[in-house]
Amino acid sequence: MSDFIATPFGTLVITVAQALALLVPLLLAVAYLTYGERKVLAAMQMRKGPNVVGPFGLGQPFADAIKMLMKETIIPSGASRALFMMAPMITFGLAMIAWAVIPVNDGWAIADINVGILYLFAISSLGVYGVIIAGWASNSKYAFLGALRSAAQMVSYEVSIGFVIVTVLLCVGSLNLTAIVRAQEQVWFFIPLFPMFIIFFISALAETNRAPFDLPEGESELVAGFFVEYSSLSFGLFFLGEYANMILMSALTTILFLGGWYPPLAIVPFTWVPGPVWFILKICLCLFTFVWVRATFPRYRYDQLMRLGWKIFLPFSLFWLVLTAFVLKLAGWLPA
Amino acid sequence: MIATLAFYAFAAVLIGSAVMVVSSRNPVHSVLFLILAFFNAAALMLIAGAEFLAMILVIVYVGAVAVLFLFVVMMLDIDFVRLREGFQRYAPIGGAVGAVLFVELIFVLGAWRFASDAADLRINPTPGGSVSNTQAIGRILYTDYILLFQLAGLVLLVAMIGAIVLTLRARPGTKRQNIDAQVNRTGSVGLVQVPMGAGLREMGILRPPEPDAPKPIAAPADHGGHH
Amino acid sequence: MPQPTLLAGYFPILVFLGIAAGIAIAMVGGSILAARQKPDAEKLSTYECGFEPFDDTRRRFDVRFYLVAILFIIFDLEVAFLFPWAVSLGEIGWLGFLSMMGFLGVLTVGFIYEWRKGALDWE
Repeated sequence: MSDFIATPFGTLVITVAQALALLVPLLLAVAYLTYGERKVLAAMQMRKGPNVVGPFGLGQPFADAIKMLMKETIIPSGASRALFMMAPMITFGLAMIAWAVIPVNDGWAIADINVGILYLFAISSLGVYGVIIAGWASNSKYAFLGALRSAAQMVSYEVSIGFVIVTVLLCVGSLNLTAIVRAQEQVWFFIPLFPMFIIFFISALAETNRAPFDLPEGESELVAGFFVEYSSLSFGLFFLGEYANMILMSALTTILFLGGWYPPLAIVPFTWVPGPVWFILKICLCLFTFVWVRATFPRYRYDQLMRLGWKIFLPFSLFWLVLTAFVLKLAGWLPA
Repeated sequence: MIATLAFYAFAAVLIGSAVMVVSSRNPVHSVLFLILAFFNAAALMLIAGAEFLAMILVIVYVGAVAVLFLFVVMMLDIDFVRLREGFQRYAPIGGAVGAVLFVELIFVLGAWRFASDAADLRINPTPGGSVSNTQAIGRILYTDYILLFQLAGLVLLVAMIGAIVLTLRARPGTKRQNIDAQVNRTGSVGLVQVPMGAGLREMGILRPPEPDAPKPIAAPADHGGHH
Repeated sequence: MPQPTLLAGYFPILVFLGIAAGIAIAMVGGSILAARQKPDAEKLSTYECGFEPFDDTRRRFDVRFYLVAILFIIFDLEVAFLFPWAVSLGEIGWLGFLSMMGFLGVLTVGFIYEWRKGALDWE
């Protein structure tokens, strides 16, 4: 058996199995995130939400999937066909490959690379391509405007996300995601770096185009933004990609600030629960907050959005970064 | 063995996509091939062991620079037919510039020597031990190469100022929100204690215009309507 | 070859890429095969709230979006310089710290300039 694993083919088989063991539950989680979002929103608005398909409406995600599968794939006559079909695949694919480096438990990262956080930062900076290409390839004004807005918005909040990540790295001294979580064994970073935690979470909302920063989709003005021309499962891929990105951003928040797989207190009833369960619980908490924010806040205006990103988050996170570095340096707390 | 194969595969795709960048007719496709070339270059850096540079190449070039390129070629209204017409006219000048550059490149490559320890350095991008590639860069970039590092900052400053000078145009007639002014607004809202039963007309406040007084001039037309 | 373990660490990413591409193509292809395709000219026309499209979509737009993209490149490079600094700050002493402060100071000057010029204002 160990001989087989050592061969290149064996490595391939094992890695594929690992990847599927992560991606299949992820896709299920995405499906049930859409269900959970509708249920939570409904509860917050004193409605019932989906409750017809299956017990408690639990079959709803599958009904939606089959419905989308059976819809006609429409490619607008003015569109660039190849790029039009490629754009949702880019969005979906990026949301999937980012998961290769996520450590669900100590040592469980499938690709435990030295520069894991840079990899995730790179993936999130590529997310803008799916949007731009979709907007341009559709050759529609709404799609184009939505793409333009979305690109400028994602790009603007990326800078403050970068500063926040650097601040966390100052406390860790490594770019490896497992090392980042291990550095939080004593105290989770959201306590000492609380303002950065807030900035990161809000920027994550903007980066994933979630309410109250869902201007690119802005139903009331741009009908659906950059994917107005999409139908069928091409639309479904955008949908899946966006929700997978939400889960990814929640996982990143968990890794950077909420102590990854560590229990809140290292005492008996908590330590009985295995690490991955804590990890998933923390992701669920973040996702619930995503939905909660959507149910609570009205949409931002575009000038307010840009003002928040460039004039408040950027200088503030830069200032906090310098302050953190100075304090750590002065107190000699930097990891060697 | 596998790494060597991977090197040749990525290098071949890199060169192929670089050829496509200059030869494809649609500039949007050119930029997309450029992005493919960047990815393959990043993979080559990974194979050489330079993890940090590989990721930074993707973050900066693919995630930022190519986005700007895409913005420009997608959204500037470039008339390609007219661009082709100019080709005949500018071909001699372009060819001459290209020839000069080519000769210069030959001179440079002719005088090129590898440093004596380059072969060892190439296969050893980290100083060994548990030091990662990123830390190895960090240890020397900010202290040993401090001057170059500060120069990089100045270059970025020039780029920032240049971008603003070249692109920023003040547009008259647009409305901006000044949040400070809104919050600090005083005087236009007042609180007045009104005696019970006195009536507003006797108090001299909120008086409607007299019937014979001149009507206020209608607001300029461009203030109406939604945004 | 150099550092086989390092490259082995990146191998799963290729596998993920392959699986993601496979799923995406299977989903779109499956939908095209499973659903009835019945295109007509009106259905394939661009959505424009019931109007015929007035003119071409791909035209010039506000230069401000270019400015945002350029400023983003600059700040992205700034972040790129910060990463190695953050992981090695413990070893490069106060000189390394002050060196980065100088770098950030220069860029802060640029940031103040663009703020005062109104490059960050939207209307």
